[in-house]
Amino acid sequence: MTARVILGFGLAFLYLPLLVVMGYSFNASRLVTVWTGFSTQWYFELFADRQIMRAAGISFIVAFVSASVATVLGMAAGYALARFGPFRGRAIFAGLLAMPLVMPEVITGLALLLLFVAAQSAMPWLPGRGVGTLIIAHASLTMAYVAVIVQARVAGMARDYEEAAADLGAKPAAVFLYVTLPLIAPALVAGWLLAFVLSLDDLVIASFTSGPQSTTLPMVVFSSVRLGVSPKINALATILILVTFAMLVVAGLLSRRRSK
Amino acid sequence: MAPILSVEGISKRFGVTLAVDNVSLSVGPNECLALLGPSGCGKTTLLRLMAGFETPDAGAIMIDGVDMTRKPPYARPVNMMFQSYALFPHMTVEDNVAFGLKQDGLPAADRLARVKEALAAVEMEAFAPRKPHQLSGGQRQRVALARCIAKRPKALLLDEPMAALDKHLRERTQLELLVLRRRLGISFVVVTHDQDEAMTMADRIVVMESGKILQADTPRALYERPGSQAVARFFGDINLWPSGLAVRPERIALSRAPGGVEGTVTDMIYRGTTTTYLVQTHDLVVRVLSAHAGDAPQFQKGEKVFLSWPDDAARTLCP
Repeated sequence: MTARVILGFGLAFLYLPLLVVMGYSFNASRLVTVWTGFSTQWYFELFADRQIMRAAGISFIVAFVSASVATVLGMAAGYALARFGPFRGRAIFAGLLAMPLVMPEVITGLALLLLFVAAQSAMPWLPGRGVGTLIIAHASLTMAYVAVIVQARVAGMARDYEEAAADLGAKPAAVFLYVTLPLIAPALVAGWLLAFVLSLDDLVIASFTSGPQSTTLPMVVFSSVRLGVSPKINALATILILVTFAMLVVAGLLSRRRSK
Repeated sequence: MAPILSVEGISKRFGVTLAVDNVSLSVGPNECLALLGPSGCGKTTLLRLMAGFETPDAGAIMIDGVDMTRKPPYARPVNMMFQSYALFPHMTVEDNVAFGLKQDGLPAADRLARVKEALAAVEMEAFAPRKPHQLSGGQRQRVALARCIAKRPKALLLDEPMAALDKHLRERTQLELLVLRRRLGISFVVVTHDQDEAMTMADRIVVMESGKILQADTPRALYERPGSQAVARFFGDINLWPSGLAVRPERIALSRAPGGVEGTVTDMIYRGTTTTYLVQTHDLVVRVLSAHAGDAPQFQKGEKVFLSWPDDAARTLCP
């Protein structure tokens, strides 16, 4: 009984604030903390706000592309860690790969900013900071997550399938394409979804690496909240919570699903 | 006749352990060779060396007269059936069997015919559209077999083929495999730790221990003329005197008439068709297996008996 109470308290502590935000997004009042009645007007205003819509567009493009890049790179890294045996420098490689998982985001962001500035001054013909640098920054962060997921999946998969394919005459590329890839597909999808959500939610690294024309959704939310919370932001937050939640549920289901 | 597959002085080291130690053997056309030994004796490593999953540290592997020592698995004209069967879970039975043929670039029409033929050989045609997880263990084994024979390999390598089957299915499958092998005329190399399985299936058995071959011969020769105590103990029961004298329990005759080794019956185990007597002699408890045929005499506990055996039944074995 006590355990239930503690669990309930913990869940309330974690999710009540989110529910409050979601509830107030349907508030008719302009004042965020005063409930005056049910209304969906803030959702209409949200979709009419060009600045927010533009930021949403950028966020989704960056999340989509960076998640895709991270999935390809993370798959290669995770596969190498799980299958290439004790190659020279494996421990260092594994450590460097996991670094973004533990590195404070502020430091990652600052380091990336310095890199981009240095690259810009060394190669002035490069486009300035913007969507491109955001994608690079997010992909370098999220590929670590994909690598971890893929590594776990590949390591948990018997080598028999790949060896059987080779035995039946498949060259290494064909083994990977026709046997390994389909078997790790659930891990790739889960990794992609996780990378997408991480990119979509990121504020710190985006603040360092975005340019003047590439403000992302979390940046807009953060800057507008500093000027006072608009119920519009509650509506936006509600949508983001639901999108994130749905994607995490799908990612969790896929990474848990066993191959039959 | 020239061997289909031969291994010449092959060694493989994993770290500090020598998994396969200077092993030479050959498999003839249409022969079934069993690699028999306890787990860790190097038999599976030897099989994986033949298939190309491991590269030997020394020695050579010839398949049908061609040196295959450094060739990758996909370039070798032999196929392996895995202990786990390793059926691709995302493909149907039909696609599993067709996989190897697709890699060979066989045209679709020929491929279909070969898949049908292979599935027919193992009586699994009706299951072509199923996925592996919809099959029983025995059915999966048949599909794995079909997937190998569809490639028409020069030799089939089987790693513990019966390990995943229950006992009664195992015996039936051993006989079915024998029939199928005779019909197809493919050489088999079977890895097993089960001496009954080796004796049932193999024309010749290679007994291995610690990466070395202890003895390689026909099942009958291994049983009747074991070269060492280890081999003798591996096949059936044997009485071993401290001097190294070895006699099989069923070759010893019991008699009340004096002559031979004297002893006292201390226990008896009745099994219907046979009885095993435990006879205490001055230096060993001897097991004697006596068949209940006709008027064979019965002995009682505590009775004084004499043991004798024909000269060819006794062998002196080193450990």
